[in-house]
This record gives sequence, C-alpha cells and structure tokens, in this order.
Amino acid sequence: MANVELGSSGGASSPQEETQLYAGRTKIYPKEAHGRFRTTKWIVMAVTLGIYYVLPWVRWDRGPYLPDQAVLLDLPARRFYFFFLEIWPQEFYYVTGLLVLAALALFLITSVAGRVWCGYTCPQTVWTDLMIAVERFWQGDRNSRLRLDKHPRSFETIWRKSATHLTWLLIAVATGGAWVFYFADAPTLAKQLITFSAPAAAYLFIGLFTLSTYVLGGIAREQVCIYMCPWPRIQGAMFDRDSLLISYRAWRGEPHGPHKAGQSWEGRGDCVDCHQCIAVCPAGIDIRDGAQLECIQCALCIDACDEVMDKVGRPRGLIAYDTIRNLDAGAENAEPLRILRPRVLLYAGLIVLVSIIMVVALIMRPVLDVNVLHDRNPLYVKLSDGGIRNGYEVKLLNKQYVPRAFKLGVTGLPGATIQLIGHEGGVVPVPPDQLQAVKLYIALDKESVEALPAQATPFQLLVTDIATGASTEHDATFQGPPKPGAGR
Amino acid sequence: MANKEPNSSEEVGTTGHEWDGIEEWNNPLPKWWLYIFYATVIWAIGYWLVYPAWPTASSYTKGLFGYSQRNQVTKDVAASQTEKAVFRDKIAASDMETIKADSELFNFALAGGQAAFGDNCAPCHGRGAQGGFGYPNLRDDAWLWGGSLDAIHQTIQHGIRAEDPKTRASMMPAFGKLGMLSREQISDTAEYVLSLSGNEDDAAAAARGKEIFATNCAACHGPDGSGNQALGAPNLSDELWLYGGDKATIVETITNSRAGMMPAWEERLDPATIKELAIYVHSLGGGQ
Repeated sequence: MANVELGSSGGASSPQEETQLYAGRTKIYPKEAHGRFRTTKWIVMAVTLGIYYVLPWVRWDRGPYLPDQAVLLDLPARRFYFFFLEIWPQEFYYVTGLLVLAALALFLITSVAGRVWCGYTCPQTVWTDLMIAVERFWQGDRNSRLRLDKHPRSFETIWRKSATHLTWLLIAVATGGAWVFYFADAPTLAKQLITFSAPAAAYLFIGLFTLSTYVLGGIAREQVCIYMCPWPRIQGAMFDRDSLLISYRAWRGEPHGPHKAGQSWEGRGDCVDCHQCIAVCPAGIDIRDGAQLECIQCALCIDACDEVMDKVGRPRGLIAYDTIRNLDAGAENAEPLRILRPRVLLYAGLIVLVSIIMVVALIMRPVLDVNVLHDRNPLYVKLSDGGIRNGYEVKLLNKQYVPRAFKLGVTGLPGATIQLIGHEGGVVPVPPDQLQAVKLYIALDKESVEALPAQATPFQLLVTDIATGASTEHDATFQGPPKPGAGR
Repeated sequence: MANKEPNSSEEVGTTGHEWDGIEEWNNPLPKWWLYIFYATVIWAIGYWLVYPAWPTASSYTKGLFGYSQRNQVTKDVAASQTEKAVFRDKIAASDMETIKADSELFNFALAGGQAAFGDNCAPCHGRGAQGGFGYPNLRDDAWLWGGSLDAIHQTIQHGIRAEDPKTRASMMPAFGKLGMLSREQISDTAEYVLSLSGNEDDAAAAARGKEIFATNCAACHGPDGSGNQALGAPNLSDELWLYGGDKATIVETITNSRAGMMPAWEERLDPATIKELAIYVHSLGGGQ
C-alpha cells in the first residue's frame, strides 16, 4: 500500500494530507430486479449458455470416414466442422469473413441501441449474472447478504458461503469441460475424462477455464468491465446523439427528493430517491449521474425504477432507453427516434454485402482443389535423345467425404508424355477429406520442343475423376531451353 | 470501483502538477492490481532461481532444474530417431524392389533420401540433382554405370575411384598426353564422335576418324559409340555430354582423358540411408 505526501506545489488540496494511491474494492450486493428486461436477460442467458454447453453434443453424420460431431475443431487433422460446412486451413478466410460480420454487427447494434453486447450477451456478463444468481440462491437477497457479511465467522455464514463457492466451482468445471469438448469428440472425451485417461492438454485447459471462470465470474465481476476489458472504451466511442442508451430522464425526474403518499407532484420531479436503481446495479453505479464507463447497460435499473413508479402511481420510463438528443430536448421537444440514420444503413448494407459474398463463396466451393507446383531447380532436364522434361508436384485436395481416384492428363502441349512416380497405371487415389501429393514428369521429344513457339509454354493439366468422369483443367507452364536468337 | 458521483479533485487529490489549468486527478487504482504486480515480481525471482537466467563473467546461472534448451533438442532428436527407427529398420532389412512396392516405406524412403541428398550429394550433384561440369545430372536418362535401383545403390555404396575395394573406376587412356595419337588424329576422331550425334562439321575428317575410333575407342565405347555401362564408358551418340559436346572439349577429353571421383558412402552413411538415397535418386525422373 503506497502513500504519497503531496508537496505544497501545484496548489491542490491541503498539502500536509497523505493520499492513497490504491484503494480496496467496495463489495457490491446487487438486489434482485423484476420486470421485462430481467426476463429478457434470463432468456438470453438460457439461450447462450444452452448453446455453449449443448452444442458439442449435437451429432451430424458425415459418412463412415469422418467425425460425426456437428461442431468440431479438429486440430490434429486441421479441419473445422460446423454442421454441413467444413473448412480447411487454406480456407481460413471464411473465419475472417465471420469476424468481419461480427464486427459490423457489433457496430450496427451499438450505434442503434448502445451497449447491448455488454449488458445482455457478453460472456462475462452472462456468467457473472449466473454467479450472482447462485449467490442469491444460497445467501438470500441483498439485505440478507449484507447481514451475513457482518458476521463472517458464524456457522450460517460459513456453510452458506461454502455452498456458494462450491456451486461456482462446479459451474466453472462444466464451463471448462464444455470448452474442450469443442476440440475432440464429446462422448469419447467425456469417457476418457471420467476414467482419467484423457490427454494432458484436456485436463490443463479444463483447469485453466475452471480457474478463469471462477475468478472472473465469481470474484472479479465488475472489476473486469471497469479495469480489464477494452470494449467499454471502444463502445463508448461508438454512440452518437441518436443511439438509444439507458438514461435517467432528468427533465422528468428533477428536482428529486423523498415523497410521502398523498403529497402533490407539482414543482418536483418523479425521482423519489428510493435508490433502487443503485441497489440492483451489478456495477454499483448511480444512473442519475448519466452515461458512464461502469454502466454496462444491462437495463435492470429500468425494471427497478418502473416497479417503484407503479407503486407511487407515476408513469413508467423515468429511466428508459432514450437518445441524448431527446434528453437534451426535454419533454416539450421530443422528436421521433431516428433509427435509420446513414451510418446504420451503411453498416446494414455492408453486412448484407459481406454475407452475400460469403454465401456465394461457400456455394461455389469446389469439391476438388488442385495445386500444380513446377520444379524450380532445375527448371528443365535435357534427355539423351535431345528431348526436354519438366517436373511438377501436383497436390490433389479431395474435399468430399468418400475416397476418390483421379487420372492426370495434359492438353495444349502436343507430343507430351506423362510419367507419375509411385502410381503405376497413372491413377492417383486420394483418401476422403485429405490431400495427396504426387510427382509428375512431362517430357517432349526433340522435334516437339523445337516446334514450341517460345521458351515457356502454358498448357492445361487435366484431372479426371475416375468414378464420375468429370474433368477439371488447371494452368501450368512447360519450360524449355532458351530459343536460339532470343533475348541477349 | 462503485461510486455515487464522479470523484472531485478535493476528494482524491491531484498528483501535484497542473498544466495550463489541467490537473491530473489521483483516482485510486484497485489494490488487487498492486498485489498481482507484487506476485509477478515474486514469480520472476522464482523463475530466475529455477531456470537459466543471468549471465556471469564467463558463463551463466544454470538454474535449479538444470534445464537447457540444447539438452531439450538432443532429447527431441533422440525421440524422433526412435520413431523413425520403425521404418528405417525395415528399409535396412529389405531389398530395393520390396521397398519400392510398399507405398508407406517408399514414401518414407523418398523423404529420407531427399534429406540425405541435400546434406551429402548436393555439393557436387547440385541442390536439384541437375549436376554440372563433370558432375552427372542425376535426373536425365543417361547413366554411366547403370540406372537401375541396384546399379545406383552400388554406385552410392562404393563410389567412383574411391578408396574402396569394390569402387567403380573407368580407365580411359590419355591418348594425347601419352602420345598414343597425334593432334590430327585426335581432331579427326573428335569429328567422328560428333558425327555419331549428327553434329559433325567436316565429313572427310569424320570418315578418317571412323577408322581411328574402331581401333582405339570401340573396345570400351562400343563399335557404334553407344557406350558400355559395365566399364563406365559413356554413350557418345546421344545428346548429353558430361564435360561438353563442342569440338574443343571433345579434343581435350581425348587428349587428357577424364577421371571423375565420388566418395564411397558406405563408410560414411548407414545402410538404411544409402538405400533411401538410391530410391530417391531413382525417382528423380531418369530411373530405369
């Protein structure tokens, strides 16, 4: 704990005082809120957590040769499976497209409705919300928890807190478990974990995620949002005057003060200083101070205030999603909301465009990819009869789920003869969903070489699927010796 | 930090400086931040004790675990050798045709041969095995001593003119240096040799050279100049030349003879590697 003595320079507060550079954390005891936004958050939590925990167990049949898990990141085989989609490392740009879409969607939703990500869908928010719910289950609501903390060594406090932390640990282990199930076949790995025969990496990552979920969701909570996460800072820069933010309508609520039943509402605001907005806030802030970094816009204060407004017989919406423009205008000059602004339309347009590009790319994904790599050293070999031979490495990527065999041929190069190394008969089998490399030599006799118009001759490599007879053509070049009289 | 209103400079104080009326408020940092920092310091000290860390005057602190990256590499190499031994033992025990027929062994041998070629053969035969002046191009279909798997294997094992009882050695006399043929005779013979591949300039000289060839050269190079792989005598009637196919170079070859050398790799490489090299060279396009 470092203290600093202020000198008399600078003209700040009393020069002889010591100032704390570091402050302990003030614990927050959020009270339970009731209302439509709380219900919405429960639904979003159920859906997001449900997807996270259940998805690895969904099955998808891909035939006898490939894994049957719907969502699988097969790192050893370097394949990413997502239901009917399958991505090789060479196609990683699909993930790029997804990330671009995610970013654009974030910009769109934030410019329209503020920190929706932070308040409803961020994993930190969802798990913290869950941990608080567990805490409330074992230790009671706000007042009960405050009371328990006043007697830290009583039997009741100890057993309630132990139960809370144990439940948190169980949730954390399940979270780590769900993570590793995305990277291996879930039923197989589950059996291995129980019998302690799983690979060390699985236990390591479950341990890591258990630790991080327990610490970040159970203990750190709002400290993550306030001190660790870059998104509050970034999102704060994405609002404009027409973004819907959770706001306290000061024009309606001020001047605030206590109100007794039966008193008039003339000459005063609707805010009765009940402090319920502060009580339910998981970040412990006062929304009446305005939009602030700590406010994750989870909308629980809206529910709390609406409940109180109902009780005192005033209209709802003292705290509500509203725009800075309307807040400044006050009651008299409230305008209709401007949702479809140019930037909103721009984001939406870009999302549509990127989506179309990705869908088209996916639909046109070929089931056979061929790479033709010309030998560089040497470029060509002169043969004993004066002919010229070029070497190539041909890589056949079979993206179907069944084994296929291919025949290689040449068009556009008169007089060419082909030699395949290791595949007598000229037929190359490729296992399902695998890459097969094959060495190919193409030779021309002396007359054919002399008949070529230039030193480098483009031609087409023909790859024919034996089973279907379908052919594809791929560009390649034949290199010969320099033509007499050409160049230098 | 939970707060009810923004901290004011009276509450938190300033750091004591003020620039153009702008003060730097001292909003306190969370204590856990500080403790985590202390923890990293302690971790660092522990790391220094346990792992190699600090240079000393002539060495460095070795650490309590005795960990060394060099040792780690040695261990990793040994582990990979153990894994490879499964295939290499099979290769060492099988003959060439068996290896070629088994696609798994064949591909392993190709890869091993390619690696060994770069370390051992590339300095003379070139990185792409394309050869050079006096070093045969291993990719073409002209072989001095035979291009079958067994012939290539034997050449690699015993070398050319190496210190090995079974080494291969061709014996071309230096016709000019030893005075066996005169300058004009050598010139005529060279014209005849050029005519074997249709490249002669002087038909009359070539006709004269034909007789000289029959007496002096046909014994090794064959009556039609097509070579003799048992003796290492090149085929003189094809389009490929180890030292050059122009008149002056052929004259030089006849005058001074040629004696290329290749190490006997048997004493430097183990049997499995030599087999892998033979498989690799055979697959470069000219194997027969």
